[in-house]
Amino acid sequence: MPETISVTINGAAQHVAAGTTVAAAMLIAGQPTRVSVSGERRAPLCGMGICFECRAVVNGIAHRRTCQIQCEHGMTVETNP
Amino acid sequence: MTGDTNRTDVLVVGAGPAGIAAATAAARHGLKTIVLDDNPSAGGQIWRDAIANPHAKKEAARERAIQSLRASGAQLLSGRSVFAADATGAVWAAREGGPQEEFRYQSLILATGARERFLPFPGWTLPGVFGAGGLQALVKGGYPVAGKRVVVAGTGPLLLAVAKHLAEDGAKVVRIVEQAPLKRLMSFAASLATNPAKLLEGLRFRPRAPYSTGCWVTEAIGATEGQKLSAVRISGGVKTWSEPCDLLAGGYNLVPNTEIAELLRCAFRGSFVRVDDSQRTSVPHVFCVGEPTGIAGLDAALVQGEIAGLACAGKSDAALTRRAAQGRAFADRLEKAFALRDELRSLPHADTIVCRCEDVPAGKLRDRLSWTDAKLQTRCGMGPCQGRVCGPAIEFLMQWRPVSVRQPILPVPMQAFFPGTTAAESAAQTETESIEERV
Amino acid sequence: MRASGSFDILVIGAGIVGSAIAREGAQLGWRVGVVEAGTPAGGATAAGMGHLVVMDDSPAQLALTAYSRSLWRSDAANLPTAVEYESCGTIWVAADDEEMAEVDSRQRLYAQTGVTASVLNPEELARLEPNLRPGLAGGMLVPGDGVVYPPAAAGFYLAEARRMGAELFLSRAVAASHGEVRLSDGSRLSAERIVLAVGAECDLLPALPVQKRKGHLVITDRYPGFVRHQLVELGYLKSAHKITDDSVAFNIQPRQTGQLLLGSSRQYDNDDRAIDTEMLARMIQRAEEYIPGLRGLSVLRTWTGFRAATADKLPLIGPAYGLSDDSTLWLAVGFEGLGITNAPGAARLLVDCMQGRESAISIDPYLPARLMEPARLAHA
Repeated sequence: MPETISVTINGAAQHVAAGTTVAAAMLIAGQPTRVSVSGERRAPLCGMGICFECRAVVNGIAHRRTCQIQCEHGMTVETNP
Repeated sequence: MTGDTNRTDVLVVGAGPAGIAAATAAARHGLKTIVLDDNPSAGGQIWRDAIANPHAKKEAARERAIQSLRASGAQLLSGRSVFAADATGAVWAAREGGPQEEFRYQSLILATGARERFLPFPGWTLPGVFGAGGLQALVKGGYPVAGKRVVVAGTGPLLLAVAKHLAEDGAKVVRIVEQAPLKRLMSFAASLATNPAKLLEGLRFRPRAPYSTGCWVTEAIGATEGQKLSAVRISGGVKTWSEPCDLLAGGYNLVPNTEIAELLRCAFRGSFVRVDDSQRTSVPHVFCVGEPTGIAGLDAALVQGEIAGLACAGKSDAALTRRAAQGRAFADRLEKAFALRDELRSLPHADTIVCRCEDVPAGKLRDRLSWTDAKLQTRCGMGPCQGRVCGPAIEFLMQWRPVSVRQPILPVPMQAFFPGTTAAESAAQTETESIEERV
Repeated sequence: MRASGSFDILVIGAGIVGSAIAREGAQLGWRVGVVEAGTPAGGATAAGMGHLVVMDDSPAQLALTAYSRSLWRSDAANLPTAVEYESCGTIWVAADDEEMAEVDSRQRLYAQTGVTASVLNPEELARLEPNLRPGLAGGMLVPGDGVVYPPAAAGFYLAEARRMGAELFLSRAVAASHGEVRLSDGSRLSAERIVLAVGAECDLLPALPVQKRKGHLVITDRYPGFVRHQLVELGYLKSAHKITDDSVAFNIQPRQTGQLLLGSSRQYDNDDRAIDTEMLARMIQRAEEYIPGLRGLSVLRTWTGFRAATADKLPLIGPAYGLSDDSTLWLAVGFEGLGITNAPGAARLLVDCMQGRESAISIDPYLPARLMEPARLAHA
């Protein structure tokens, strides 16, 4: 069995396999990564660090590209306002 | 900039197939070689590792290439985003949470790959709408698609490769929608007999899903207002229909990542970096390999990479040169076969968002004079993606010429502009992040 | 009936100053033409910060900035949202007691001109701007200052002028004298008056005593509330005043989008548009000395621009008499870093002068004739 990692996404615990990107974890949790300038809920588009739709707040730091970051134990992730 | 300097004979930017081949060839000939890559592990997009799934089939070609790179003595520095370069032979990279690192080279090899071209259509900003390669990358990053109904749409050989991989991961690929007409695809396929078979891993895959050629997605429909995809609207020109689905994986072929080449003022031919038979650009000591020189796929990338690596060591190989020429011919045919149809220009409605970063709708662009005018007056392309998504779309939709690139070529933390670490620290960190730990 | 191609006034340059003049002229019912070689608002206007600020480098500078800022404020309700006008105020930040000592006298000077300003002690400064580092000596708040997004402001002026009948010619003026402007496409336009409202790059009047002063700017991603006022170090005047040495100063602006615009640098004798990485690093480090939290913020873009500087740091507004014997030629150039602030004021002064009408403030200190001797900026 692969190792399981626990992160907190918008206040709720989410368990994912080790190596899972934060972007994938947010998709699994059904949470938008960011809210757009005009208020739309957005999810990742390109998956490779180009489109910046996967920006979220990771451990308190805004505008992180979550498709380029792997989940770590105890990480907190929030939708980028 | 005053960052600490790493000097090397050969600096390779990008650790996809082309970059790996280039670094391996250069290092094998005794040149000190450093590879910078912005991903957590080597392989680029086509060889992206499925870290979250240890049971995933390892791609043999990737494993072999990385073994060779490891044996060559080249140093791979992952997690480095190159954000600036100048004509004096300096390249600056940002690292998560760290100051900038400065690299100085005798030869620079740009192996920066390609990204998907996205075209805007109503509903394309809904969650559930992904790039084709984008969804595949997210699946490799741990997003499960088993049991999900997926429409794969757009254009290019990538669609079939993506459909195949998604099906292997348990997705129900309900339809593949290819905008190119069947006639053009048939003549393209017929021309492939003369090419190395691997070039077309995708096209040789016979999808179980219906394959609709000469068709395109006109709209993504949400189940509830602004939430979650429930269906896509597909058109074949005359006939249109709805296809219920959970996910859309859509992309209109690839566009090259040429920002560093533009910063260095390399000459272009169209959208691609112009190179000679040794992969030299118009700028002395700067080479370019792989998709930025023309979208030609994996085999061409490997060949071009090896040619450039050898050229850095003052060597050449006639057989490789011949294969590279074949690759260029293939790229030209590929471009013609999957040329975008005019109908795609009329997909966005006035209120369809074109620039997703700044939420600029198509209607606001119609009266603008140029890209620069649109940027200044509407903020289009002024967000964090710096026009990487809307830029190629706007070139197609409005036929505006792109504007010049400036550093930083992607957003970096302010501290990336601060002086770097000391020489001792830098050496130590290079040691600990040598290739054994990272690939 | 006038022939087509004949104007009361032809403005060369569709930056913010030229566009403001076009609007003023069109409002008077004049037949106005505007000639722009590049993208409207695409030169110094696009490169600038858009800080609407009262500055007191000289009495004449104080008079013009205070007057022009009052015009911005009275026009605020008419500005479309895209102009992003915010009356956020400026805080001049004092790093030490020496800088703080200047604040009282400056506040009195502002009061004499009718400009409200208040002195901030260190606690008040920290309360208003919690992201400034502790240990600063205080500052001066000028609440009536503001910010705009300059390309949209210039675009609004130009659109207003065109709505009232002004014509825009997207072409390069290759010659402009004695009531005639020749365009690069070969066509000719004639006018009672020609106004050069150009930046630092203009070959139409070689005697123009204007020099390029290169600047860098940085813009971040969106961090709403991180900074609430335009913050400028009090040492800014000192460093901006130097007309020979390259210098940097802390100057940060909160955009309505939540983005932060960070300046500033000044370089003479530098024609290169490229980012100067040393200057950029110096500028960012200077800012970080005031706001340590900047370190982790994401930078989206950097760019450079050229301020059009004059020897006495005042713009040239009025007839070109003294620099040219062409009585049809008028100037509105040399605004250095204050083109956005001073555009409406300069436009009003110029049009008043053309009409022989008295202005709210005297135009004399800005008349080009003051630089009758072929002016040359000091070199070290």
